[in-house]
Amino acid sequence: MSGAPTAEVYRIDWLPGTDVLHGVCHCGAERTAEDPVELWQWMLAHPTGHQPTGHQPADHREEMT
Amino acid sequence: MTGITTLARMTAFARNQWYVAAYGREIGRELLGRTILNEPIAFYRTESDDTVIALADRCVHRRYPLTAGRLDGDTVVCGYHGFTYDTGGTCVFVPGQKRVPRTARVPSYPIVEQDSLVWVWIGDPALADPRSVPRAPWLADPRWTTVGGMEPIDADYGLLVDNLLDLSHETYLHSGYIGTPEVAETPITTEVDEGAGVVRVSRHMDDAECPPFYARSTGIDGRITRWQDIEYHAPCLYLLHSRIAPAGVLPRPDGSDPDAFHVEITYAITPSTDRHVYDFWAVSRDFAQDDEEVTTFLHDLNRTVVLQDVAALNLLQKALDTEREGYQELSINIDTGGLAARRILARLAAEGEKTAPVVASP
Repeated sequence: MSGAPTAEVYRIDWLPGTDVLHGVCHCGAERTAEDPVELWQWMLAHPTGHQPTGHQPADHREEMT
Repeated sequence: MTGITTLARMTAFARNQWYVAAYGREIGRELLGRTILNEPIAFYRTESDDTVIALADRCVHRRYPLTAGRLDGDTVVCGYHGFTYDTGGTCVFVPGQKRVPRTARVPSYPIVEQDSLVWVWIGDPALADPRSVPRAPWLADPRWTTVGGMEPIDADYGLLVDNLLDLSHETYLHSGYIGTPEVAETPITTEVDEGAGVVRVSRHMDDAECPPFYARSTGIDGRITRWQDIEYHAPCLYLLHSRIAPAGVLPRPDGSDPDAFHVEITYAITPSTDRHVYDFWAVSRDFAQDDEEVTTFLHDLNRTVVLQDVAALNLLQKALDTEREGYQELSINIDTGGLAARRILARLAAEGEKTAPVVASP
């Protein structure tokens, strides 16, 4: 079933020139990772582990282990 | 052990959803049988007003397939003992007696015919909302020329979803047809609209080799800007908005795009049985609309590409069937969209189980 667009949008950008994925939750929380499985797990765990801090500088981003 | 997941044996079916059952042109005054989510269904058009009717393809009497019977006006006559059903599935005639048992009826299915496609609702008919059928308007728009077909695949429908959400396979499986090195090399952007049940995967190639599929159809001689923007309306409709232009040619500031070639590639992924899926495919273009040579070329080449997928997925399913329960796989960046689609399908399947006690039995 296809519904009208909603605000609950999750986005993952594969950063050009790298192997890094950058995820942005609809709440504004961001995270980078090199594994799409773990990044989706983090993303879809919203709101658990999500800090709605908006954009974080690259040197402050939360790296996954 | 990043990227490793353990897989289930099959992708769960999502009930209470619309599925493409056929192209409108496939359904007429002959009974057409299709099995969708393990439910055998008989389709036909009425004589009186050309409406598409879908009834469970099993006579209430001895379960004989109605598709082995015949049409009589707007009714279906079972080919075994003559039980006759109206367009709503109610039995209106049984042989040798005047009283038709009250329970003599077969389920009928909600239908929407739209954009040249016939959609059937699988689940609780009371929940069927025709407004939620996703659109592919170019399929029935005279400004576009469309070719298409349907190829069955002997595989879990999830394998076809995986295939279409990750187009990097074009570089390897479809090299020399639609694949070039840039497809697999170019990073993707993935978006999931959770509320709408839509997955979007975009891959924009700024300076790419032009594959034969586009070189011969557009006449472009040289490198291209190639955009692939996927919209997957889970569970059934997959749209690939393809934009081709000479390298460096972009849409104009006002949003118009007269210097590019646009191709809308539409797939409908309709699960048939646990190991069988209908792969409906269509290619629509907004250029050389009246050029029969281009039409034939795109049809034949795209069918060749689809058959390459069919052969690959048939082979993959056979290989997976020999795996032990709980086998594992590895995902990398190219799989970001496919993983999102799998999760949406799992959610839709779970929701369908909660609200769909109705099954196709009288």
